[in-house]
Amino acid sequence: MKRILIVAFAVLLMVPGLLSSAQGGDTLAAVQARGVLNCGVNGQLPGFSGLESDGSFTGFDVDYCHAVAAAVLGDGDAVEFFPLTAPQRFDVLASGEIDLLIRNTTYTVSRDTDLGNNFAPPTFYDGQGFMVRADSGIGSVADLDGASICVGTGTTTELNLADTFAARGINFEPVVFETTDETFAAYDAGRCDAVTTDLSGLASRRTTLGNPSDHNILSEAISKEPLGPVVRHGDDNWYDIVKWTVYATFFAEEAGITSGNVGSFDRSDPEVDRFLGEISTKFGLDAGAFAAAIGAVGNYGEIYDRNVGPLGIAREGGLNASFQNGGLLYAPPFR
Amino acid sequence: MAEKSKTSIPFWRDIRKLNVLIQIVFVILVIIAGFVLVNNMQTSLDQLGKTFGFEFFQDQSSFAIPPESLEFDRTDPYWYAIVVGLVNTVKVALIGIILATILGTFMGIARLSSNWLISKIAEIYVEIIRNIPLLVQLIFWYFAVFVNLPDARFSIEFFGVFLSNRGLFLPWAFPSETFSIWAIYLGVALIIAIIAYIYRRNQLKRAERPGFPGFTAMGVFMVLAAMTWFFTGPAPLNLEFPVFGRFNFDGGIVLSTEFSALLFGLVIYTGAFISELVRAGIQAVAKGQVEAAKALGLKGSKVLQLVVLPQALRVIVPPLTSQYLNLTKNSSLAVAIGYFDVTRVANTTINQTGHGLEVIIILMACYLTLSLLISMVMNAYNRRIKLVER
Repeated sequence: MKRILIVAFAVLLMVPGLLSSAQGGDTLAAVQARGVLNCGVNGQLPGFSGLESDGSFTGFDVDYCHAVAAAVLGDGDAVEFFPLTAPQRFDVLASGEIDLLIRNTTYTVSRDTDLGNNFAPPTFYDGQGFMVRADSGIGSVADLDGASICVGTGTTTELNLADTFAARGINFEPVVFETTDETFAAYDAGRCDAVTTDLSGLASRRTTLGNPSDHNILSEAISKEPLGPVVRHGDDNWYDIVKWTVYATFFAEEAGITSGNVGSFDRSDPEVDRFLGEISTKFGLDAGAFAAAIGAVGNYGEIYDRNVGPLGIAREGGLNASFQNGGLLYAPPFR
Repeated sequence: MAEKSKTSIPFWRDIRKLNVLIQIVFVILVIIAGFVLVNNMQTSLDQLGKTFGFEFFQDQSSFAIPPESLEFDRTDPYWYAIVVGLVNTVKVALIGIILATILGTFMGIARLSSNWLISKIAEIYVEIIRNIPLLVQLIFWYFAVFVNLPDARFSIEFFGVFLSNRGLFLPWAFPSETFSIWAIYLGVALIIAIIAYIYRRNQLKRAERPGFPGFTAMGVFMVLAAMTWFFTGPAPLNLEFPVFGRFNFDGGIVLSTEFSALLFGLVIYTGAFISELVRAGIQAVAKGQVEAAKALGLKGSKVLQLVVLPQALRVIVPPLTSQYLNLTKNSSLAVAIGYFDVTRVANTTINQTGHGLEVIIILMACYLTLSLLISMVMNAYNRRIKLVER
């Protein structure tokens, strides 16, 4: 009896320690001690984060995970990927299971405040669109009156859909699914007249449908969807690291630094010199951490062309061009 | 003697005191555990900058729920979304329980049939269905069967009913403006039917004959309902047929693809378990009972109705209750196939508000209430049919 009580008491004493592990605190130290960055991605969105036949992940979001890993650990491949559904993602981030969430996540007020997240600068400016069957005769959003629309749950698109259609007086039947795969499988089978998500997501998923050329993406965007990396509240330095790694890819493009020339780039410009050298020590990282990030995945243009370019989403003239070309990408001074 | 009373037993040897002590220690441990858990929760919430509270249920939900039972608008608050989800859960559970019971009873009796083919079919059904996880079956029914039905434009039609991958569209009688008058007639008819039921029951009792007074009452009610229908003037109910619109059918009522697939999956699955209960119940009735009934000259159907079933029910009903509870709780697997039950609504609410803890508490309360209600009804029924001990 006594022995049982002692064991029970010992277990009880361990409970708080077990439950409150890895929350808040020093994420950088935790990642470096672990030697691996835990990165939450979609995993069902080719071009952004898709699963290859050999089990590896590739894509735009995946490359940003590699960039942060390269900056923090000096090894771009030291990443463990966690494919997450939309409803899971914030809970998994809040629980400390992942260090960083890069899952085509839209930056909104309630996610920033209620859900306790911090958003790094958007890496991809997008808008919500619709995909329909080419033979349906639907040419615009107004034509969707009375239609069944497939949508993923736990997304901003689910809310935009209700908001926009109510504002325009358009009726619709929502058919709502947990995962991206389910949503598009149901659409492909004909359960819905249209499917909605971010325009980039539609372009990405169209490649996975039975017959891609049978489907049209309506050009109209009904919302603003700035997509970017997310970290949890409570660790400002970690937030800074993620934020400035994103800016580093913008800056590298502005300065003309690529994964090819980063080692031999002319450092006569003082800002470039700081960028490639000691500035990363301000975050508690090794000198040259940003150079390592660029060396691992390249600058923004390289990341975009490698992953998003093949989907046929043009960058020129759009929001995702550098500010030098009339876009929104703009790196604050590295000083 | 006096010396002995002085040397009292030490308390760690006194079983009565030890028992009390153990209880006290246990209570203290439970309190400590509770305190640690609550404290840990509070610390985690503080770290994340979140607060605990149910006020957010008043906020506007701003998501859409497809109309399955109650109408829901994006301006409605979160608590109403939970209510809509709960009604959807009750809808699928209630219809599911009724249909699964019917299916299970038929299959259970079929399993005992002397016809080789019928009993084999029942056996194969049971063995296949109850050995495959329900989630797998639901995904099969939804993604492999229901969604692959013909497109709405080419739907299968029979007697005004349309079946397509958008759902099952049925003609439905909607009340017209004279319905309230007819409803009063119906109320009167119901009272007369109850009187007829009591009269017929007493009559049968006096004559010591078996029978169904319920049938008499139903007949009386239907005749009265039909007669008053014509007194009311304009028809109190208007039959509405589904008509194909631009994308879909309008008019009548619709059982959505998601609802149909979920109901189908739940009924087939639970029916397999119920059929085994029915079989076990019937086989539990001693063979001598049937032989005695036959020796008394009762027909086959009367043997089943008067001798076998009343005794079999005593064995069937208690485990049947847990099957009903299983079906109700299994309906939460709807999240996999897009039906808006209370779990799905709760998930969406958690995701949009970040108040996971509060929503899960409400969700558990919902299922607990449903389960306790079902148990209550079934226990009451069980008391009625159980062996009267004298």
